[in-house]
Amino acid sequence: MASITVNGEKRTIEGDPGTPLLWYLRDVAGLTGTKFGCGAGVCGACTIHLDGVAVRSCMTTVEMADGKSVTTIEGLSADGEHAVQKAWRQVSVPQCGFCQAGQIMQAASLLAQNSAPSDEDIVESMSGNLCRCGCYQRIHEAVKLAAGGV
Amino acid sequence: MLHYIENEAKARAEKSSTQAIIENVSRRHILGGALLASGLVLAVKIAPAIAREPLKPYPTGAEGMSDKTVNDPHIFIAIDKSGDVTIVTHRSEMGTGIRTSLPMVVADEMEADWARVRLVQAEGDEPKYGNQDTDGSRSMRHFIQPMRQCGAAMRQMLEAAAAAKWGVDAKLCRAKAHTVVKLDGAGKETGDSIGFGDLAEAAMALPTPAIETLTFKTPAEFTLMRKGDTKIADLRDITVGKAIYGADVRLPGMKFAAMVRPDVLGAKIKSYDASEALKIPGVEKVVEIEGVYAVPRKFAQLGGLAVVANTTWAAMLGRDAISVDWDLGPNASYNSAEYAKEMSATAAKPGKVIRNQGDVDAAFSKAKQVFSEEYHATHLVQAAMEPLVASARIKDGKAEIWAPVQSPYGARKDVAEALKMKVEDVVVHVTLLGGGFGRKSKWDFMIEAALLSQKLGGEPVMLQWSREDDTRHSFYHTTSVERIEMAADDAGKVIGWRHRTVAPSIVSTFAPDSGYQFPIEYGMGFVDVPFDVPNLRCENGEAKTHTRIGWYRSVSNIPRAFAVQSAVCEMAHKLGRDPKDFLLEMIGPDRKIDLKAGGFPEDFWNYGEPYEQFPIDTVRLKNVVRLAAEKAGWGKTLPERQGLGIAAHRAFASYVASVVHVAVDADGTVRVPEVVTAVDCGFYVNPERIRSQIEGAAVMGMSNALYSGITFKDGAVEQSNFSDYPIATMRNYPKKVTTVIVEPQDPSWHTGGVGEPGVPPFAPALANAIFAATGKRVRNLPIGEKVS
Ligand code: FES
Ligand code: FES
Repeated sequence: MASITVNGEKRTIEGDPGTPLLWYLRDVAGLTGTKFGCGAGVCGACTIHLDGVAVRSCMTTVEMADGKSVTTIEGLSADGEHAVQKAWRQVSVPQCGFCQAGQIMQAASLLAQNSAPSDEDIVESMSGNLCRCGCYQRIHEAVKLAAGGV
Repeated sequence: MLHYIENEAKARAEKSSTQAIIENVSRRHILGGALLASGLVLAVKIAPAIAREPLKPYPTGAEGMSDKTVNDPHIFIAIDKSGDVTIVTHRSEMGTGIRTSLPMVVADEMEADWARVRLVQAEGDEPKYGNQDTDGSRSMRHFIQPMRQCGAAMRQMLEAAAAAKWGVDAKLCRAKAHTVVKLDGAGKETGDSIGFGDLAEAAMALPTPAIETLTFKTPAEFTLMRKGDTKIADLRDITVGKAIYGADVRLPGMKFAAMVRPDVLGAKIKSYDASEALKIPGVEKVVEIEGVYAVPRKFAQLGGLAVVANTTWAAMLGRDAISVDWDLGPNASYNSAEYAKEMSATAAKPGKVIRNQGDVDAAFSKAKQVFSEEYHATHLVQAAMEPLVASARIKDGKAEIWAPVQSPYGARKDVAEALKMKVEDVVVHVTLLGGGFGRKSKWDFMIEAALLSQKLGGEPVMLQWSREDDTRHSFYHTTSVERIEMAADDAGKVIGWRHRTVAPSIVSTFAPDSGYQFPIEYGMGFVDVPFDVPNLRCENGEAKTHTRIGWYRSVSNIPRAFAVQSAVCEMAHKLGRDPKDFLLEMIGPDRKIDLKAGGFPEDFWNYGEPYEQFPIDTVRLKNVVRLAAEKAGWGKTLPERQGLGIAAHRAFASYVASVVHVAVDADGTVRVPEVVTAVDCGFYVNPERIRSQIEGAAVMGMSNALYSGITFKDGAVEQSNFSDYPIATMRNYPKKVTTVIVEPQDPSWHTGGVGEPGVPPFAPALANAIFAATGKRVRNLPIGEKVS
């Protein structure tokens, strides 16, 4: 049994503690904003925050999150107006959109730790988040915009 | 793609009377709508409003597609009393923005306020909506006219309804910004106006006006089209995690499933042991799904073992715990390295002649200089970020499927057949697609889910593919050898061109494998080579298929553009010419290429489009070359180990040229600081999404050129996930893509495709730039991250 706060709500989780948070969030908690892209920690589509820091939820088990606080895209901001979300919309980043929850969570984590990232900081932080549609140019622009305060 | 293949013969038969068909179809739908709406057909006359623009309809390849087009506002538009407008969007959204761009056309023509438009995604129902097969870069190309007609008809209905209310002639009523305003005899606004909401009921009750009476807005009056400031409809939902993709569907009591499939095409289960799987908590059942082994298989399920559980994770664990003993069958002999050698040997010999102009042998025998090179490409997998997934439920004799599918009606028909049910009893709901790139127009994943639900007595179930499944069980982009030979005379003019293509064909998915390609593949950058060379021959060598071959964004255009545009650059260097000038010279004088004089095959495939309306126009091709070169500063001096490369290609009735700027690091790492792409897609609608498609095409072009490759060993795919099938990342993507969109210079520059045509020029432009930077010529894709 594990106890995890998800988007501000305390939850007790029964069952296999080795279950990746991704599948707990999607199939049990019904929070489908977090996406499954690779299941192997190599695409970033499943990125969430664990105590405020970006992690891959497909590689983070329920056990590892015990006693911690999880934030998903649904909980990033109450009204959907987080600076990163606003920047994403202003720059019209998404194409298919499937990777974007992960991208936004990664970017939000970066900016929480480094409010004025350099270009290289952005590349470094975002390079594990794949986008098959190829929105990278706009992702980079949107992160910079969010850092400047939208 | 599929409908082209299935309808090719039919389309050809109908080609001669395309114009007549358009009118018939339009009338059919108009009458249908009129009858539904009011029971009156001829009694109501709607006078046209102030003359806008009488657009002359032109025939398109839509007439060769299943269920063609529908242009009836009673099918696509609903206005409620509050004035909210609902527009049905019948094409699948996979990232191109089409779910926004086509409704924009409707809303603009009918003068609706975009902020008051709601979208409803159509179920798979082509008889109702017209063709829904979202691939081949066709959505805007085939539906701009019906959607403009739809919007224009709705506008005239609103104006007629206002005219009836005011008791004035409809000529004095003009739709404007979600209202209809009254005009005086001089055409001035009187100040009277009625909102769309107050006109909704009366307008919706009117029959659809006849197509001949429709008038259209002039470009100067457009509020949405060609503006580029409309956000995609799903933008907010995407950024807050509310957008619904395939795996986000939730049904009461839904189970989750994962499947073991054969790694070698056609392998059958000899025996299996699922006892360990059944011990895993959450795993409920293991169900065998029969595969279809008879060829051709089309999109039939591969078959295998489905593990049904209460979460996806449990199903996946169960899946991994099953052991299967396979009877591998004949395709276990497929090895990519050997196959490449075989293709190369075939390409060295004469093949089946597909296009012949002049006397190629004579040209080569009198040549002063001869060029001959081979260009290889491996298979590719589409690798959309969303792995395949589908959900199904069968209840009260009705089956419902939810899926991210590019072609929902084709899927519906085949799912019905697999379930032995009637098409009317199957519903296909279309979710957003987390990328498609051609894979999601093959509905094997939906048939599997439907069969699984049927085996579970109709229980709702979601069948989720893993990334490894998605990588290993695709319909792959073909592998190929393209051999290009050129003969030049004393003056350095190319007088002979010979192109041999060798590649396993898509047609093997649909018909017994002859080993030869078919007109659709020939039409993608092979026989349609736009060069002014008097003696020209295109040959196809035999290549048998050992896996499922399908289409991948831009299809055969990728290896063809790579070979043709690399070869032209190589020849330019050989002759001491500037590659851009030489490319323009190869394209030659201004003309629309004469198919007959050019020795084109009788069954030349022009992306399904009538040639007269969509010819190969060298003016447009040269124009994009010049624009891209100019914008990129072609000829500028660059630091050492940097260079520019150029390539141009016509595909899907659009013209694209790219200039790629390459910088090669000391360790050989290839970087692309900048790309300039000029795109001429004729009459365009949504420049903002065109730019995003072109930016994305450069990134995918980079992946295709440098990083990604699928290879087979003993019949099985060697790659499994993004770790061994790398794609471009934030670290190595083309850093700055500048898109130049060509303003159409003539009304005959009809709307072309956008989703795919940006991809083909990238790889050759990159290879040409690598040569400019380092003097090293690369002829094999993928090139790899580094050049030595
Ligand atoms: S799904 Fe977790 S990194 Fe790809
Ligand atoms: S927007 Fe489609 S994968 Fe990123």
